[in-house]
Amino acid sequence: MESPLSLTKDDRLLTGWGRTNPSLGRMHRCADAADVQRAVLAAGPRGVLARGLGRSYGDAAQSGGGTILDLQALDGITFDAAAGTVTAGAGASLDAVMRAVVPQGAFVPVTPGTRMITVGGAIGADVHGKNHHVDGTFGAHVQRLTLVDGSGELRELTPDGPSASQFWATVGGMGLTGAVVEATFDMIPVTSSLMSVDTRRVRDLDEAMAHMAADDAQHRYTVAWIDSVSASGRGIITSGDHAPVEQLSAQQRESALAFAPKALATAPPVFPSGLLNTLTIRAFNEAWFRRAPKERVDELQSIGAFFHPLDGVQEWNRVYGPRGFLQYQFVVPDAAGHVVRTALDRLRSTGAPSFLTVLKRFGPANPAPLSFPQPGWTLAADVPAGIDGLGAALDELDELVSSVGGRLYLAKDSRQSPQMFARTHPRLHEWQQVRDALDPRGVFTSDLARRLSI
Amino acid sequence: MNDALGEPQSVLVLGGTSEIALATVRAFPRGRLRRVVLAARPSNHRDAAVASLTAAGVSGVVAVDFDAIDTAGHGAFVDSVFDSGDVDVVLLAFGVLGDQLAAEADPELAVQVATTNYTGAVSVGLHVARRLRTQGHGTLVVFSSVAGDRARRSNFIYGSTKAGLDAFAQGLGDALHGTGASVLVVRPGFVRTRMTAGMPEAPMTVEASAVATIVVASLRKGRETVYAPGPLRFVMAALKTLPRPVFRRMPR
Ligand SMILES: Cc1cc2nc3c(=O)[nH]c(=O)nc-3n(C[C@H](O)[C@H](O)[C@H](O)COP(=O)(O)OP(=O)(O)OC[C@H]3O[C@@H](n4cnc5c(N)ncnc54)[C@H](O)[C@@H]3O)c2cc1C
Ligand SMILES: NC(=O)c1ccc[n+]([C@@H]2O[C@H](COP(=O)([O-])OP(=O)(O)OC[C@H]3O[C@@H](n4cnc5c(N)ncnc54)[C@H](OP(=O)(O)O)[C@@H]3O)[C@@H](O)[C@H]2O)c1
Repeated sequence: MESPLSLTKDDRLLTGWGRTNPSLGRMHRCADAADVQRAVLAAGPRGVLARGLGRSYGDAAQSGGGTILDLQALDGITFDAAAGTVTAGAGASLDAVMRAVVPQGAFVPVTPGTRMITVGGAIGADVHGKNHHVDGTFGAHVQRLTLVDGSGELRELTPDGPSASQFWATVGGMGLTGAVVEATFDMIPVTSSLMSVDTRRVRDLDEAMAHMAADDAQHRYTVAWIDSVSASGRGIITSGDHAPVEQLSAQQRESALAFAPKALATAPPVFPSGLLNTLTIRAFNEAWFRRAPKERVDELQSIGAFFHPLDGVQEWNRVYGPRGFLQYQFVVPDAAGHVVRTALDRLRSTGAPSFLTVLKRFGPANPAPLSFPQPGWTLAADVPAGIDGLGAALDELDELVSSVGGRLYLAKDSRQSPQMFARTHPRLHEWQQVRDALDPRGVFTSDLARRLSI
Repeated sequence: MNDALGEPQSVLVLGGTSEIALATVRAFPRGRLRRVVLAARPSNHRDAAVASLTAAGVSGVVAVDFDAIDTAGHGAFVDSVFDSGDVDVVLLAFGVLGDQLAAEADPELAVQVATTNYTGAVSVGLHVARRLRTQGHGTLVVFSSVAGDRARRSNFIYGSTKAGLDAFAQGLGDALHGTGASVLVVRPGFVRTRMTAGMPEAPMTVEASAVATIVVASLRKGRETVYAPGPLRFVMAALKTLPRPVFRRMPR
């Protein structure tokens, strides 16, 4: 006889990239859009959810007891060179899109710090990159998408016209309006696969912020890495543009558009908890800072080195040990830039060492009610989850962030309270109305949605 | 849902007036708790428990009727709690100490202790496990006791029920391994509560709040078994190695 407690063959224990708070879902590999429709209609009381490559840090792409739609088979990629667009299945990764299309002279409109994410995940979280101040989010470049809604209906959605509200509810909607099965998005024309990069060390946070505020417009891509261990907040600003083929040497020109990066190594599967401690992180930050030149311009770098340095090591998230880690990422308006300093100080005094601390200035927001970016400063810091007092310190920072009109990024969040979420998303109600129309039975849900009462 | 730091939003207390369990509820960060269900037989104690948690700033505290002995009603009871929302932590805290000497004279009294502490726990524990398994996450905390590590002459009836409960809880934890649901077995020593009021205190006696701190920390760390206080682990390991004739003559 079957026990109600035993595992079945499709059960998978899932977490986000931070490897905290697992829950068990039933994987359903979808062969095509019709399969997605059937899975939605067959959904049990625990609902369904699309999952991409699980690169969100917290509980956005998991749903305890629910059906998890794996769309990796929806991986078609078609490049329309005349229109400069790609039409891709929602399960296609940005890595696959780049491999297919960069050699043809086109680059994705937005890439996050990893290219191991899916088109579905890029839309669901409405991801941003180093070019947000110039180009906005990924969703802003989507011309159309196909969604399987909560009734199992296939819907064609566009950013303007009658389906606009549903389109923008899906962009940044964290998979809660339905499952995207296909999308068409604009590409950036490029004449080489290299980046022309300027690097500059800054002595402290004020210098970093002043420089970024003044010079952002000079480059399509810009971001600052901050030494979270030093009290000054010294750091390195890197800015770049796609290098025109003319900037390449004769030899480089022979393979100007080549793009075939390989992953270097896999981090060992078992790391002792606490391998990354304050000492190792201090050493890393020191070395990283020293490695950068005081100032260097027009250096040619590969796409991988400039955008995705961490993709070189597979499964690097295991270095934080079994308790996992989280990334605290907020945005605050320009006028509240001082919150960045307070947050760095607070994290340091809590003994929450971070080796990946990134500061960026966002440009204008888009019409999506739940999309994260808004004009101002965004700081992202990785912290190990097991630190004593971390919860209280982050709750305090939440208060500060919300008091100045900022908010947290859902793709990174794994711990904010429902009150914090509701308070910092004034358009939540408007979004919920559209979602309720798309999913009247409330079939689409996730652990994040349960935690935040979305 | 639990958050990434292991803080629960929703707690079910079986034995909703237990002082150890109530102290545990207070030890969770208040800002995260949204629903606390105190399952107990109706009494003034129960009303007072709801009032005192609410006054302490815990939100969503409600009382529901539950009797550990009414095993036939356990399925419907557990379903009703889980049907109105996910439960992150279930504290299985009911239990009776019984009167050892009286029970030796009247076995019917021993049966009451066994039915409450063991049979009732097995019944409701399996129903809870089924629902945790279905929701794909959550922890059942079972309050066992050091008394179950090695039964003593002075309270072997209670001790044997805790030994059985402890074995059951460990097996249940193994059955749930890898399902997202889990079991935490807590083995307190002598704790100052209603249950032990008036009894001579044993060495390493602690307050309910000390047990609570250990339970909350163990939940965060995802532990499977814990003694409260921690060093009792070594004491019990030593006691278990004593030869029967020596152990039998130990005081109390
Ligand atoms: C090293 C690293 C660096 C990162 N840097 C950045 C950055 O610079 N900027 C940034 O914005 N983000 C960044 N991220 C976060 C990441 O880009 C997002 O979390 C992204 O959503 C992950 O995509 P995924 O395919 O892995 O989706 P998942 O993590 O699997 O899912 C994310 C969300 O999208 C939903 N979703 C997935 N597929 C679909 C679909 N087909 N239809 C509808 N909803 C769907 C899921 O339900 C979930 O809510 C980074 C992550 C890592 C690990
Ligand atoms: N105190 C200690 O030294 C100690 C040591 C080791 C282990 N423990 C264990 O820890 C747990 C909690 O103990 P505690 O110290 O907090 O004692 P407590 O305050 O006396 O709590 C025991 C609880 O069990 C409940 N209960 C008894 N019979 C029940 C039944 N038939 N149905 C429903 N509930 C019933 C009681 O409810 P009513 O209010 O309705 O009676 C009471 O809430 C118990 O399992 C105990 O065995 C305690």
